[in-house]
Amino acid sequence: MLKVRNLDAGYGKLRVLKNISLHVDKGEIVTMIGANGAGKTTLLSAIIGLVRAGSGEIVFRNQDCTKKAARWIVAAGCVLVPEGRQVFATMSVEENLILGGYVLQKAEGKRAVDKELGHQYELFPVLRERSRQLAGTLSGGEQQMLAMGRALMSRPRLVMMDEPSTGLAPLVVRDIFRVIARLRDEGSTVLLVEQNARAALAIADRGYVLETGKIIVQGPAEDLLANQDVQRAYLGREKIE
Amino acid sequence: MLFLPVFFFDYSSSVSILCPLFSIMTQALFFQYLFAGISYGVIYAIVAIGFNIIYNTTGIINFAQGEFVMLGGMISISLLHFFPLPVAIVLAVVITMLVGAMIEIVFIRWLDSPSVLRMIIITIGLSILIREVALHIWGESIRSLPYFVGNELTTVAFGPVRISPQVFWVVGVCGITVVGLSLFFKLTSVGREMRACSANRTAAILCGINTRNMVTLSFMLSAGIGALAGCVMSPITYTQYDSGTSLAIKGFTVAILGGLGNSMGAVAAGILLGIIEAYSVAFVPLAFQDAISITILLIILFVKPHGIFGSSDAARLKEF
Repeated sequence: MLKVRNLDAGYGKLRVLKNISLHVDKGEIVTMIGANGAGKTTLLSAIIGLVRAGSGEIVFRNQDCTKKAARWIVAAGCVLVPEGRQVFATMSVEENLILGGYVLQKAEGKRAVDKELGHQYELFPVLRERSRQLAGTLSGGEQQMLAMGRALMSRPRLVMMDEPSTGLAPLVVRDIFRVIARLRDEGSTVLLVEQNARAALAIADRGYVLETGKIIVQGPAEDLLANQDVQRAYLGREKIE
Repeated sequence: MLFLPVFFFDYSSSVSILCPLFSIMTQALFFQYLFAGISYGVIYAIVAIGFNIIYNTTGIINFAQGEFVMLGGMISISLLHFFPLPVAIVLAVVITMLVGAMIEIVFIRWLDSPSVLRMIIITIGLSILIREVALHIWGESIRSLPYFVGNELTTVAFGPVRISPQVFWVVGVCGITVVGLSLFFKLTSVGREMRACSANRTAAILCGINTRNMVTLSFMLSAGIGALAGCVMSPITYTQYDSGTSLAIKGFTVAILGGLGNSMGAVAAGILLGIIEAYSVAFVPLAFQDAISITILLIILFVKPHGIFGSSDAARLKEF
């Protein structure tokens, strides 16, 4: 589904990502864990086209999209739920969702958007209750659900999520992760970037560990959970011999 | 220094004839001022809405908005030599829209994530540029379109009050524009996408929206309605190369007063400002009119920066 080969990217002269290679196959949840400043957000921004890739190759569904604009990649079926939700704060919840269906409306028309709207309301019942409210007045957890619902409105093939659990209460985090697992069960593919390594690895099929712009460990989620280095650095648990 | 009161609005002659009477404000005079105020007020409202459109998609204030109004008037006056009045007006609006699009494409579009301040300074520079170009093309002379119906002396009588038919044109055209625009932003998907660009540009990009086209569109739209207002008001207020400046101040005051981005607020605030200005003639010299609107602007910026009709809820969620 998504293949990234030898990707270098950064801001101006600052090289944030160094020689990143990864792949995401259809139907799996892949997680990318790493500390603050490791380059997780930059990686997602480079894939979606918000940050220009310096060198390397990004292939999405066998189409090269290394230098493409974000709107092209979104139309091709890859969406990003950005860090910090980024909802349209001054617009209503329903308008937020309809805007998420922008590429769907272009491809399949208004009715497909209406149908998808119903689907999102079913997935996130709280959004239906608040459909007329301004998005900026929602709580953090509700905004996260709105951001996810908005991204899903375009019926994406690959959903990338940037730290969906940041700043949320543990109960809400559980709800969010339940939705992510449900997405996979419904056939979506998810690339999940998280600081909450334990929760992310618990639902993921595979994982990568990103450290200062490089991928240092990769493998099936269980292996990473069992990996001592990963445990020490990201799971906050050191095995005492 | 940009905002020197270089151009004073000349109230329609019927008002100034009655001026000696203003120590005793008769009922007729009261209504005469009221209508003068309303007709100026809707013009301010239209300029303010021009500010709002661009603000709503880009988050910036386009200080060249007054120049669009001037261009609309000037171009239609020039085209009147070749075409009948309605055609001249339509062409002037279209040409001004193209100028608006061109300005955006040449000066704004290629900027890589510009700061709000930088874009505002650019628009101030553009307003000076347009004014100077207009000075070279049309000179300093004061021009105007003919009255759409009748002439300077034609009036419609409402009891003792006499109103120029052009006032109805101004109010009618501006009213239709306002209603049309608010429907456009509320109901059409393009309008919604333009608002999305304003609310959160990154998120709009992530939804797949071509935000740059939306910005170009917003410049065209606000240039177009500015030009239309410039045409309908030209017979009453006259048009000169620099008549955009003071309109921009008034329009900006009204935009702030009504709550930035709020069209209906702009209409109410515009009419309010127009009426305050009209009645002020009875108490202070005409030359103080610009001072009044700037004073109101300052007071509102200090006391209630989200405007009297803006919701403080929505204002808190805005960046600027």
